[in-house]
Amino acid sequence: MPSTGLAFIDYAVIGVYFLFVLGIGWILRRDMRSSEDFFLSGRSLPAWISGLAFLSANLGAQEVIGMGASGAKYGIMTSHFYWVGAIPAMVFVGLFMMPFYYGSRARSVPEYLKLRFDEKTRAFNAVSFAAMTIFSSGISMYAMGLLLATLLGWDFDVSVLVSAVIVLAYIVLGGLTSAIYNEVLQFFLIVLGFVPLVTLGLMDVGGWDGLTSRLGAVATEQGYAAGAWTNSWSHLGSASANPMGVEWFGMAMGLGFVLSFGYWCTDFLVVQRAMAAKSMEAAQRTPLIAAVPKMLFPALVILPGMIAMALTHQAGATGFALPTRADGTHTYDLAIPLMLIHYYPSGLLGLGLTALMASFMSGMAGNVTAFNTVWTYDLYQSYVRPNESDRHYLRMGRIATVGGIALSVGAAYLAAAFNNIMDLLQLVFAFVNAPLFATFLLGMFWTRATGHGAFLGLLTGTGAAALHHGLTVPVGAATLVKGGWLGIVLHQYPSEMAQNFWTAIWAWSACFVATIVISFVTRRTKSDDELRGLVYAMTPMPEHGHLTWWRRPATIGVAVLALTLALNLVFW
Amino acid sequence: MGHDLRWPIGAMFALLGALLAGYGLVSDGALYQRSLGVNVNLWWGLCLLAFGLVMLAFARRSARLNAARPQEPGSTT
Repeated sequence: MPSTGLAFIDYAVIGVYFLFVLGIGWILRRDMRSSEDFFLSGRSLPAWISGLAFLSANLGAQEVIGMGASGAKYGIMTSHFYWVGAIPAMVFVGLFMMPFYYGSRARSVPEYLKLRFDEKTRAFNAVSFAAMTIFSSGISMYAMGLLLATLLGWDFDVSVLVSAVIVLAYIVLGGLTSAIYNEVLQFFLIVLGFVPLVTLGLMDVGGWDGLTSRLGAVATEQGYAAGAWTNSWSHLGSASANPMGVEWFGMAMGLGFVLSFGYWCTDFLVVQRAMAAKSMEAAQRTPLIAAVPKMLFPALVILPGMIAMALTHQAGATGFALPTRADGTHTYDLAIPLMLIHYYPSGLLGLGLTALMASFMSGMAGNVTAFNTVWTYDLYQSYVRPNESDRHYLRMGRIATVGGIALSVGAAYLAAAFNNIMDLLQLVFAFVNAPLFATFLLGMFWTRATGHGAFLGLLTGTGAAALHHGLTVPVGAATLVKGGWLGIVLHQYPSEMAQNFWTAIWAWSACFVATIVISFVTRRTKSDDELRGLVYAMTPMPEHGHLTWWRRPATIGVAVLALTLALNLVFW
Repeated sequence: MGHDLRWPIGAMFALLGALLAGYGLVSDGALYQRSLGVNVNLWWGLCLLAFGLVMLAFARRSARLNAARPQEPGSTT
């Protein structure tokens, strides 16, 4: 493993970043007067800030390291996570769902479920979401500690504790505003830290044309068509024609419709950023503004992975190779970090590492701010101590931040000790999350959907996901965590990703159908009046006639979709 | 909210840019073999510095506009 030493200048760059991060928290501490200031930034942020934070909250370890790894492993098809998945979902949440989230004045996504459906649906969502945020933030910490230990030889415990203390300090001081401001800072840091990497990498492989021909050799060697790494749609006709092992329907439905809409439209981690916007228009523009840089991110996070693969293929000439595991596969997760070390001299290396650390820390901070809000409003205020003063809940929020980070550190060590437990937990969360989008879709657009329908529909969807996973396996599954744990295997998928997409499709469909059926046989408990602002038919849509045409959310949404379509066609 | 986020963003990148560009000026050329012979510290440092200064300029302009119209809140837009 190439371990590298840092020069003084690298530490100086990292130090400057930490100073600014803590300084922002320190300056904002005086603004945290009410719980709404702390948990929702007093609903006062302009759209460009909440928009960049909306994007950045998701730019954690999984995104930067994971997308680079997938770029190396699957090539440009990875960009479907953006161009089929994220962007359409972000336009949808901005144009069609934000009027209900923001207009209902709900303070969290679980609280929306309570207003729209009932207490049990909210409790189910709040508990599963709170647990999930803790484990995600723990995984982010674990990944950072491991990476810094592998690359720089830093001590795992010190890395985890220092990052935890910094995140803790700036959130306790400045609440959500501090987390969001730092996310914006981190957005610029990631962009400006990675642009030289992509530029140098492309120069090295001879531009896009050089990359295409080198990756063509990689593809043909593995028995695929030459364009399998550099065409996004051409090889989706059948699952066996591309390295991802997915066909177009599973891709569009599973990843595009169910998983991406499920994440971007219902996950409080991102929706919280839009709820902090200063007006309905700003809330609607939040995901739309985020979508513009988002559609270009494949160039920043997927392309370096692809370049790493091309360089590895001719390792003798290029001097760069992804390390190989005992079973002959590459350690794809190291694609981006190793590229940084390969191309960046001291100085710029500090900037690149800072960008990487910033992404891990914002992954943590995003989860912790979502956790302390859901804990304080949806669990503590609802079931433990209702009717306390606002001051009490503000203090609880700060305590919950400390608690959330302590639990995350625990989760990081759990991940270090038992890798399988984390795999298992992530699987369970996937089962819980997959059907959620069906519940929100019906809740927002079908007045007749009832609380019993929503709750039992969610359980049915989760059950369907577990059942599907238990009856199918991906090729080469070695453990029951990968599927087939019911003993009977009905279907074998060509890849784990294909299995995931189809699990999501089954879960969503089961929840959708069950919610409708159960709603018809149960009684509505909410009157039309109670549903005002929560359901499409009872809510006047926001009027944008007074805005100049290019400021209207619908215009921006259409423009974003047109650009995304163009990107799909260019890289078809 | 009386804080304009462009101040810290601008200040941080201007500072980082100056650090990197300065290091690029004094550092040994052999360092840049790995970056294909390009003195990336100098060039990218200058880019960061320019970005930071533009952010600071925007923040200053909006602070002046706000000072001219004190009755309007929302200085962060």
